[in-house]
Amino acid sequence: MTISELRSLATDSGTRGGKRTADRQNAGAPLPTKKKRTWRSYSVYAGLVLIFAYCLAPFYWMIVSSLRRTADIFDNTLLPAPFSLENYVKVFDGSTMFGQALLNSLIVAGTTTVFALVLGVFAAYAISRLNFRFKSVILGVIIATSMFPGISVVVPLLRFFTDLGWINTYQAMIIPNLSFAIPLAVWNLTTFMKQLPFDLEEAAMIDGCTKWQAFRKVLLPLAAPGVFTTAILTFIHSWNEFIIALSMINDPKIQTATVAISKFTGATEFQAPFGEQMAAGVIVTVPLVIMVLIFQRRIVEGLTAGAGK
Amino acid sequence: MTVTTAPAPRNQTPGKPGTPGKKPGKSRTPGEGRMAAMLLSPTLLVLALVIVYPLISAIHQSLFRAESGLDADGFVTEGEAFVGLANYADLFVGESGRRFLNAFGNTTFFTVSTVLLETVLGLCLALAMNRAFRGRSFLRASILVPWAVPTAVSGLLWRWIFQSDGIANTMLGSEILWTAEGTASKLAVIIAEVWKTAPFIGLLVLAGMQIIPEEVYEAAKIDGAGWWRQLGSITLPLVKPTLLVAVLFRMLDALRMFDLPFVLIGPGKESVETLSMLAWDESNQLRYGSASAFAVVLFLYVAVVAIVFVKVLGTDVTGANRLRPVKNRQKRKATRSQKAEATR
Amino acid sequence: MRQRSRTWQTLLTTTALVTAAAVSLTACGGTAQEPKASANAAAAFEGKGPINYVSNRDASGAANKSIEEWNAAHPDEKVTFIELPDSADQQRQQLIQNAQIKSDTFSVLNLDVVWTSEFAANKWIMPLPEDAVPADQMIPATVNAATYRDTLFGAPYYTDGALFYFRSDLLRAAGIAAPPKTWDEMKAACAKILALPETAGMSCYTGQFDKNEALTVNFSEAVASAGGSVVDAEGKPTVNTAEAKKGLNLLVDGFKDGMFPSDAITYLEEQGRRAFQDGKVVFLRNWPFLYASLSATDGSSKVAGKFGITSIPGTDGPGVSTLGGRNLAVSPFTANKATALEFIKFFTSEEQAQKRLSLSSRAPAYASLYEDPAVVAKRPFFPTLLESLNNAQPRPKVVQYGATTKAIQEEAYAAITGEKDTDTALAAMQAKLEEISAK
Repeated sequence: MTISELRSLATDSGTRGGKRTADRQNAGAPLPTKKKRTWRSYSVYAGLVLIFAYCLAPFYWMIVSSLRRTADIFDNTLLPAPFSLENYVKVFDGSTMFGQALLNSLIVAGTTTVFALVLGVFAAYAISRLNFRFKSVILGVIIATSMFPGISVVVPLLRFFTDLGWINTYQAMIIPNLSFAIPLAVWNLTTFMKQLPFDLEEAAMIDGCTKWQAFRKVLLPLAAPGVFTTAILTFIHSWNEFIIALSMINDPKIQTATVAISKFTGATEFQAPFGEQMAAGVIVTVPLVIMVLIFQRRIVEGLTAGAGK
Repeated sequence: MTVTTAPAPRNQTPGKPGTPGKKPGKSRTPGEGRMAAMLLSPTLLVLALVIVYPLISAIHQSLFRAESGLDADGFVTEGEAFVGLANYADLFVGESGRRFLNAFGNTTFFTVSTVLLETVLGLCLALAMNRAFRGRSFLRASILVPWAVPTAVSGLLWRWIFQSDGIANTMLGSEILWTAEGTASKLAVIIAEVWKTAPFIGLLVLAGMQIIPEEVYEAAKIDGAGWWRQLGSITLPLVKPTLLVAVLFRMLDALRMFDLPFVLIGPGKESVETLSMLAWDESNQLRYGSASAFAVVLFLYVAVVAIVFVKVLGTDVTGANRLRPVKNRQKRKATRSQKAEATR
Repeated sequence: MRQRSRTWQTLLTTTALVTAAAVSLTACGGTAQEPKASANAAAAFEGKGPINYVSNRDASGAANKSIEEWNAAHPDEKVTFIELPDSADQQRQQLIQNAQIKSDTFSVLNLDVVWTSEFAANKWIMPLPEDAVPADQMIPATVNAATYRDTLFGAPYYTDGALFYFRSDLLRAAGIAAPPKTWDEMKAACAKILALPETAGMSCYTGQFDKNEALTVNFSEAVASAGGSVVDAEGKPTVNTAEAKKGLNLLVDGFKDGMFPSDAITYLEEQGRRAFQDGKVVFLRNWPFLYASLSATDGSSKVAGKFGITSIPGTDGPGVSTLGGRNLAVSPFTANKATALEFIKFFTSEEQAQKRLSLSSRAPAYASLYEDPAVVAKRPFFPTLLESLNNAQPRPKVVQYGATTKAIQEEAYAAITGEKDTDTALAAMQAKLEEISAK
């Protein structure tokens, strides 16, 4: 059963159209009706609390650890006592250039995401909407590039990029990142576009829209949740990439945040800079989550609004 | 209100070659092929740039072996000898064979257990996020957190949590040696890995749920279908393609798992040694031939798993189902509904 | 369905084609045998100009001070500090990667002493002229650790030796006059101390026994302290001996008898420090780095003012420490080798070592600095450390150090966790080490 079939069933009963774009935001999956709000709804909320706890408890521990002094970093008290910002100060200490590293991470992950989405959307459109030969081969080859162990790619790539003179450049990080991001984007977006009914675009094209217009004004807005999710996942993946960034870059002005974190040192070579690492972990995670929250609303609203015009 | 009204009259332009409907009987037009090639070539070019050279160089390397031994002055003799498939054959015999089988078993075990748990948990996460309730955006943000924490940092975090005097043992009141060899270390890896990657599945599945039209649920409600019924006969079947893609990508990643056991438990611990760690260890000991052989074998293993997965569970994402051409009947219908809406 | 299977069939065909391409490459390639360079040919240190110093960060800032001083004096031969990750594994990986592609970026390398043989034998570092270091003023073991087959390949930067930390307050409470010098004395002392009411829940001793380089260190020390050795002077493995057995049994029995805390199989240096600092063990084998933490008077240390330091125990007298530390070496792929050599001489000079001592707690390679009253006033353990270093043994000086240390860790770990008995573990270790050295 596909969405198109279900939709046409629904269409027959007279609810044709995409009014879900407006409704979806607050409706979500159906809630149990009011009268059924008994033990089941409580157990649902208990489940939600458990999910919260599992996702956030380790992160809470990360925050607490980052707020301890170096001397009592291994305490197991649930609150940092005494409270200290020492680790955060050290992260931004002059020699680290952590601010610059954050900016570099943003450039690398942002560029990767944009390229992956643009290429991914084109490729997914071609695969899901056009008829041509070798379609399945191409999908196979694209995902096959995600099958080779990452650590085995490093040395050949280092040799290759050295020959190209790409050491200490952004593209030496962006292009390898794309090799993860593109397969995910293509496969994911293809699935999405295949699920979306073709008849809406057909209708648009019959109305005289070009393929491009039908794609941009009809298909893309409908695929927005998929595009947006793919964007988040690829952005975070490249934001967290480490081994390529470490190998291709030796200039602190170009290095990314994960590489900068790996270079933190403890007071002596046997003491891990755990507090600083946790503080840096918090610093790279929190803005990301906030950014996603803001963008989520903006982008989804923007796209659906565009569709409604 | 509706998306079908998107093509406003002012945007009308004459249909271009390649527009479906132009040749209703023939589905594959030269124009489409050319357009597809144009749309796909950048993707293929980038992937070729990054993967083809390393892959060929790994296969090439795996057929050679460094001439081991030192010359009279104590220097490593240079040059390497072509050994055919000997590096591959050696994977399966003696001590290295034992390690390979162990790593193979660990990799498979971790993949099956973590992906299974992640799928269940990811589905729960997505269902939770797709519900309307106060604080939903906060839930979404918090679910994103584990995936957003850099792997290296989360490995360290879990390592300290699982210290012998760490918070895990304190909370459990236990004295488990999580980071020593043994079953506990496997469990530690699974807990940390599922924590980190369940959001990946959760977010993708959520996106899949978001494109399910509301009217489908409404129709089901009218038919009197309860929550479980809706889950089983609408939500799950409709998110299946998305879920399968998410699981497929998780499997590809889990089969190549490296950082987490490496940082959390440590290199050389056989209880958690994966194939990627073995490949790393071989190249760390400068045995590039067998390191490459490991990498190639892992690549083939991943490929086989992916093929079997796609074949057995069947997802239409690869299927190049012939797109149905626009029929005149539909054309009329579409035009009619268009007019109907315009007059509303 | 038919469509799908075609996807994968074609994918397999593609893979097969790629494989075929790789095979045909090999057919054209053949084996390239470069002309053998004469080992002792005087390496040419030519070329002056800017160079890069490649190392993990020095948290104390002392290394950066030395570099600043050099740069001020040599404006045309500036040294840039390229920082590597904190993890030693990652440092080595980066260094080897750059050597493999013969990158000219890495000029002066900061190498762990155990990497010397491997880097020298693979010609990733250059032999240094005899006058590169004032060997007669340095602790002999440090120069030895920078030497491969009688040729100097590195300049000792700093060194490290094992120390034995003991709870002086508890010794006094139990009426023991002097800290133990042998394992037997330590056991006897523990019997008395652990009978005291205030030591409830404490263990006697710990080292570092996680499956890690630290285990190789602790194992080598136990074996050497019992009069054995891991490899002989020619690099032949010698672990299947009565002495080695006696040494390993010290550790095995320590776990069996409950003398060591049971979680010591997860201990690295830091966990050992915490166990001692939190009052969980009476005796501890560790490096000098924890002196500052233990002495902290801000309330974080429970043992401040209550501990003493001496040489690690042996079987008949003081034990034998394993040598740690770092050497500086020159990459043969860098352009400005003359500058690199001059910089190494400058950086590892006694004058610079002394200057760094005011900032850094790293132990210098120069023996005279350990007797300087100003230094000893600040670091009272220095005379003991010098003793330890004068008596120290390098870890096995073998080219395949990675495989060697892994074999040692695996078998020693199996023995201390009771998975194998001592004889089986040592026999297996001997066999593995022989196989490695035969290669």
